[in-house]
Amino acid sequence: MAEPRPVLEMTGIVKEFPGVRALSGVDFRLFPGEIHALMGENGAGKSTLIKVLTGVYSLDGGTITLDGTSVRFASPLQAQQAGINTVYQEVNLCPNLSVAENIFIGREPTRFGRIQWKRMRKEAAELVDRLGLDIDVTAPLSAYPLAVQQLVAIVRSVSTGDGEGQGTKVLVLDEPTSSLDRDEVLELFRLMRRLKDDGVAILFVSHFLDQIYEICDRMTVLRNGTLVGEHMVSDLDQVGLIQLMIGKELDKLEELHEHQLRADVGETLLHAEGLGRTGGIAPFDLEIKKGEVVGLAGLLGSGRTELARLLFGADQPDSGKVTVGGKQVPMNAPNDAIGVGVAFCSENRKAEGLVPDLTVRENIILALQAARGWTRPIPAAQRDELVAKYIKALDIRPANPEARVGQLSGGNQQKVLLARWLITQPKLLILDEPTRGIDIGAKAEIQKLVVSLSEDGMSVLYIAAELEEVLRLSHTIGVLRDRKLVARLTNGPEITTSRILETIASGEHQ
Amino acid sequence: MSTPSAATTSRWRALTHHHLFWPVAVLVALLLVNVPFTPDFFSIKMTDGHLYGSLVSIVLFGSPLILVAVGMTLVIATGGIDLSVGAVVAITGALTCSYISDQADQNALSAVFLAMGVGLVAAVVCGLWNGFLVARMGIQPIIATLIIMVAGRGVAQLITDGQIITINSEPYKLIGGGYWLTLPFSIFVVAVVVAVTVALTRRTALGLLVESVGGNAEASRLVGIRSRRIMIMVYVFCAVCAGIAGLMISSNTSAADGNNAGLWIELDAILAVVIGGTSLLGGRFSIGGTVIGALVIQTLTTTIYTIGVPTQTNLVFKAVVVIVVCLLQSPKFRAKVFGAKFGPKSGAASGGSAAAEPAKTVTTAEAAPKMEVS
Repeated sequence: MAEPRPVLEMTGIVKEFPGVRALSGVDFRLFPGEIHALMGENGAGKSTLIKVLTGVYSLDGGTITLDGTSVRFASPLQAQQAGINTVYQEVNLCPNLSVAENIFIGREPTRFGRIQWKRMRKEAAELVDRLGLDIDVTAPLSAYPLAVQQLVAIVRSVSTGDGEGQGTKVLVLDEPTSSLDRDEVLELFRLMRRLKDDGVAILFVSHFLDQIYEICDRMTVLRNGTLVGEHMVSDLDQVGLIQLMIGKELDKLEELHEHQLRADVGETLLHAEGLGRTGGIAPFDLEIKKGEVVGLAGLLGSGRTELARLLFGADQPDSGKVTVGGKQVPMNAPNDAIGVGVAFCSENRKAEGLVPDLTVRENIILALQAARGWTRPIPAAQRDELVAKYIKALDIRPANPEARVGQLSGGNQQKVLLARWLITQPKLLILDEPTRGIDIGAKAEIQKLVVSLSEDGMSVLYIAAELEEVLRLSHTIGVLRDRKLVARLTNGPEITTSRILETIASGEHQ
Repeated sequence: MSTPSAATTSRWRALTHHHLFWPVAVLVALLLVNVPFTPDFFSIKMTDGHLYGSLVSIVLFGSPLILVAVGMTLVIATGGIDLSVGAVVAITGALTCSYISDQADQNALSAVFLAMGVGLVAAVVCGLWNGFLVARMGIQPIIATLIIMVAGRGVAQLITDGQIITINSEPYKLIGGGYWLTLPFSIFVVAVVVAVTVALTRRTALGLLVESVGGNAEASRLVGIRSRRIMIMVYVFCAVCAGIAGLMISSNTSAADGNNAGLWIELDAILAVVIGGTSLLGGRFSIGGTVIGALVIQTLTTTIYTIGVPTQTNLVFKAVVVIVVCLLQSPKFRAKVFGAKFGPKSGAASGGSAAAEPAKTVTTAEAAPKMEVS
């Protein structure tokens, strides 16, 4: 097969961190006008490879050739100027600036050294418009949900090179879809296809296998920092791919599929009556029983997170009441909820979960320590034992309690947060998108964990964008639509994803 | 890889990557600079049962700064800053001295203790006020503490009636100017305060919670840390440290000067904290680093006098040294100048990164146009 010349070729890439060899001799190539998936579990080296390519990390070995010339980027700006643009997994924009400013930050149109605000807003509006998005570019970015912020990040990235310099040759999308709902994903895909037709090479990282198979032409698979193989997407089926990625059989996932939820649940643990918050979620009633997994289904922005935050006291309700174990509890602050055994893992790991400067150990014990107060530190021996136990139980890697948590991969960070709450032995664990942006192995582990926690009598409120996930795990499914809890379905053979989708679409009680 | 040279290299590596390496190195270098000018710089003599020498003087005169900087460290670790410490020094000194000066017997122990109590209570009130504004009202720390920084001097002037109050109290003189076991008494005060601070932050969970609040305030709230309470505590602690420093300064001169006592000490204290490796962004802090940072600044002041820098240029001289110290602590700068030997190994940037932050932006922007295409 006479292949065209690759626009980008990386050979023998090596990257080391203290104590870790993140990449050992990885080869990677990218052709113009293709969408190329970079696959691998968390910690396989995908993000590292991307960061080496885009100049975030310096190279410890190997060569990068762009358009036939050997290059080495010392900063993301250099990579950008050479035509490599990136949208990262977590939105790296400034929430306090306007959408237009975010799109043009660092390359504002100027005249005589002054920023031309009008022109900037106009161009931003045109760009957004051209991509078929309905966004007010003068509004602060923080006014929009995470999904829209992600789209803005993509708009920003695609628009670079519109003005001076070379256009975008390589577009790197690192988990861009993890916070998008189906329509938004389709929007993004349409855009990706257009760019592909323009000859842009797109490097796409996603944990959604269906999306990979829908949009990608070719894929490169990494495992533990080494290259496992490069395949045409059409040549490799999903099962084969997963086996390549995790390097073992699929029994983990199969096991989960066959797993039966515990049929009997206990008495009522938590009861919310008329709980609501203006602008957040309309007043709702919700009952969670001991050992029950309640899943929340609904589109992004339908009020899933808002509901969870009210139950945790993260936002203050302006109507209704919550009773836990028969006693009414004021839910004015997280402390109130924690006091009665409610724990909450936020969907926004970076901003609302981790303290990146602190170590894995410190992050794990934080909730327990906060509950004990500052005067009663956890004795060192007990602390180390607890931490070691949970690092082992959840298979947190690296298994080093001294590692800074900011350096861990997404899946492992999520496990650290889980460990943080499990250690407090909560009665109700609220998980908001616990599997977002993490690899399939870790995903299965977390889902299995939820099942076994429920078996041990812990109640779980489970929020996930993937309906299959909610369906698989939950005893009861709460369906949300337009910031209202519209239905409560008891899981059973007759409940399917299409049934849930219908409920979301019709917004009616069944 | 067990060859002796490899082992030495790795030990050297571990040493240079220790978070206190650069502050200590700078301190030692500054001390050595004095030797050619004052050959007996390191000698310590015993006269009248007291130890005398440049080193003793540095610690003695640096004591108030160490105290203020230690308190400041915790405030900065929560992501805040306290500009009011200089004013608190003045208020505490003014109240205590004016109380003592009103006494018939200025040497009465009970009166002196009571006077000190009054002064420290005032410091606690200042701290509560700062903490209230920052934690309860949500006012930015730099603004909230600016209020007492400015108004506090006025309060101190009111207390002293705009005069310098002089007192003559032997027991009070001990704190800042007396000797005990051959050493200046202030050294013991500092040692106790530092020990108490370390115990309070590292023997309890306070240090962890402070670092957590400074590292990620929202995550800390969601994890159930009572951040407000911790922040108020930290501002009160900082004010008490400043209050003790105020006692020390007024005791040393046996006078309260509402105008000049502790003037600009907040800036030296912030500098000491930064030199000690605590980031102004909050999060990780190091009390040991701060003590060394304060000693660096005091040694610098002493050095300026001993090597005879003209008075009109001594602030410039100080500024130059401070810039060098901050640059040395920036892993990025070290990598550029010394090569890989002292350079960063990825995440090692925690130490001086706050000081280096502006420099970092500049270098990236400068480096950008000359992309290496070979």
